[in-house]
Amino acid sequence: MAKGRIEINEDHCKGCSLCVIACPQNVIELATDRVNAKGYYPAMLVDPEGNCTGCAICAVACPDVCITVYRQVPVKASSAAAAL
Amino acid sequence: MATTAMVEEKVVYQRPESLESIPTHYCPGCTHGVAHRLVAEVLDELGVRERTIGVSPVGCSVFAYKYFNTDGAEAAHGRAPAMATGIKRIMPDRVVFTYQGDGDLAAIGIAEIVHAATRGENFTTIFINNAIYGMTGGQMAPTTLPGQRTTSSPVGRDVELTGFPIRMAELLSGAPGAAYVVRRSLHNVKEINRAKRAIKTAFEVQLAGLGFSMVELLSACPTGWKVTPPEAMDWIEQQMVPYYPLGDYKIADGVEQLAKRR
Ligand SMILES: Cc1ncc(C[n+]2csc(CCOP(=O)(O)OP(=O)(O)O)c2C)c(N)n1
Ligand code: SF4
Ligand code: SF4
Ligand code: SF4
Repeated sequence: MAKGRIEINEDHCKGCSLCVIACPQNVIELATDRVNAKGYYPAMLVDPEGNCTGCAICAVACPDVCITVYRQVPVKASSAAAAL
Repeated sequence: MATTAMVEEKVVYQRPESLESIPTHYCPGCTHGVAHRLVAEVLDELGVRERTIGVSPVGCSVFAYKYFNTDGAEAAHGRAPAMATGIKRIMPDRVVFTYQGDGDLAAIGIAEIVHAATRGENFTTIFINNAIYGMTGGQMAPTTLPGQRTTSSPVGRDVELTGFPIRMAELLSGAPGAAYVVRRSLHNVKEINRAKRAIKTAFEVQLAGLGFSMVELLSACPTGWKVTPPEAMDWIEQQMVPYYPLGDYKIADGVEQLAKRR
């Protein structure tokens, strides 16, 4: 399974929780200990075991375009050789 | 050759260029934001951002022209199709779309949209059906469901008194000049992806000069409906979809070839 991670723009987040319920790996939570400048509990990636797959389902669900998704992909043999 | 996998990190999702990087004023969980993002992704993918003009409505999406990183204009309530008609006729090389709520399109502006579709004006309409007037405080819209409580139907919409909700996609599918009229929904990721494909087809219909195109989107108004965002998504699926079936209502000759070419 591919490995991924997300970055959440906390300033744009409205704590709607739609990414939380959409994530198939259950690795997004709403903060409970802090609010953002607008007063919302922002979403955050809580993924100690590295279960995020970079599937981008959370980003598709987010109405506020807060989420940037990264995925680890194998380097093609040619570009790996070039890098050496 | 060594088989140790070398990996690099790729960005697989980021904000589309056609959307300004500013926060919106929409309520938490409001799917106006999803609709904006889908339109912006499609404009990016078609490479038409620099020649696109969006016409904003009156309603919660009144500031849509600020959010799209395209040219834009603001129409009087319901008149976006008339303004889009003028813009597209004067500048046929531009990609022109209207973005309208159900109060804007199906109530005060119903004459404009019906005649624009009938004339076959070559622009695209993104129609946000959230079964309520969001901006003004959650009053009954022409699209409010039977029995639905709003601030102006506090015991539920009484169809004996106010008639039945209007199905705009079905209505406009009868317009001779309409080339592409479909209904999609924004209540989950699968439907959001289907909605995006429809929005792309609608803009391709315009680029091919086939005539009027409209995508009706069932959209959440958690504030007006007085529910949480996840409850709002369930409400669309359970209450709205049965009354407003998702599907293709008008696919004119030539549209299917466009989709096949992709
Ligand atoms: C000529 C005119 N009449 C009435 C209004 C008041 N008004 C503002 S927004 C709106 C309806 C908005 O509802 P909708 O189009 O469904 O958009 P939403 O806010 O739900 O996105 C109304 C009636 C107005 N601004 N101008
Ligand atoms: S990319 Fe997929 S797995 Fe990772 S947080 Fe988003 S939805 Fe969850
Ligand atoms: S879907 Fe977007 S706005 Fe909503 S909680 Fe998640 S990151 Fe925040
Ligand atoms: S009132 Fe409804 S339509 Fe308007 S921004 Fe809030 S949730 Fe969206």
